[in-house]
Amino acid sequence: MIIADKKSIEEIIEEIKDYNKILILGCNECVTVCEAGGKKEVEILASALRMYFLNKGREVKIDEVTLERQCDHEYLEEIRDVVDQYDSIVSLACGVGVQFTAEQYHSTPIYPGVNTCFLGATEKRGLWTERCQACGQCVLARTGGICPISRCAKRILNGPCGGSTKGKCEINKEIDCAWQLIIDRLKALGRIDEYEKLFPLKDWSTDRAGGPRKVVREDLQI
Amino acid sequence: MQYPSNIIIIRVPCTGKVDILHILRAFERGVDGVYAVGCVEGDCHFNSGNLRARKRFEQAQKILDAIKIGGERAQMYNLSSGEGPLFAQIAVEMDERIKRLGPNPIKLVKRGRFAKVSQKEGRIL
Repeated sequence: MIIADKKSIEEIIEEIKDYNKILILGCNECVTVCEAGGKKEVEILASALRMYFLNKGREVKIDEVTLERQCDHEYLEEIRDVVDQYDSIVSLACGVGVQFTAEQYHSTPIYPGVNTCFLGATEKRGLWTERCQACGQCVLARTGGICPISRCAKRILNGPCGGSTKGKCEINKEIDCAWQLIIDRLKALGRIDEYEKLFPLKDWSTDRAGGPRKVVREDLQI
Repeated sequence: MQYPSNIIIIRVPCTGKVDILHILRAFERGVDGVYAVGCVEGDCHFNSGNLRARKRFEQAQKILDAIKIGGERAQMYNLSSGEGPLFAQIAVEMDERIKRLGPNPIKLVKRGRFAKVSQKEGRIL
């Protein structure tokens, strides 16, 4: 899922302090799971902002809506009838949701309430780690299910590099060396022979190197 | 054993039941302070309820500091069920802290507004 982290209240206030009718828009998907932008976080932020403005002696309308998804037109339509009541929106969705909302509602300024971080997983409550960089050419079949693109600091395909020490990365002693993990996993699977096969040059055009990407599925389009 | 009469006790099955929204909404409604008294850490009947509560109070403190209401107004305490005098001592400590900090500014703003509306409508306060 997409992992996001809350922006500080001070930063959000700085962006929206001059508005008088603010909609706090949450998202029920990834940002709910990583506790950054779901219904609960919407309620917390709205409560904090109401108190902030009251304390400043200002009458500011702050409403809360949490959509099933902000990255889908059909769910964004749910606020079509009410969006004109607001002079700004704070979206607690990931960067995709913020942009999709902005594209749908041109005349209302939209501000992000979270920092979108990476594609990752919940290790335990309060700890999320990166697992995928959406490079567009998955190599997990050959690496024992461990991604060298997202988990190796150098994104190398024929590792480890000389910075791998006792299974840890030279970038940070707390980070596992992805290639050590791959080797251990291939050994456990009885497939260590595959490690000998060199990866050919990777086509990075499917990564960000090729500019903004799109997936076209004509079999699904009508 | 006596404690200040301006404290309203809300009983919960475990401090783990106390949510950050309960704390924030209490301040939004104008209370001057909120504190929870949970079991001693490591002695929670439900394993980690009091630890969760502490984290939530810490989150609330950060928010209250950020919006200039004052994080000190929200506190988490721990004691065992046999420590009645300590319960009273905590209540006194919290009472003194709040008196030092003064009223919740939200309450003052809301009262000011109510007074204005009442004057406008010719009501006697």
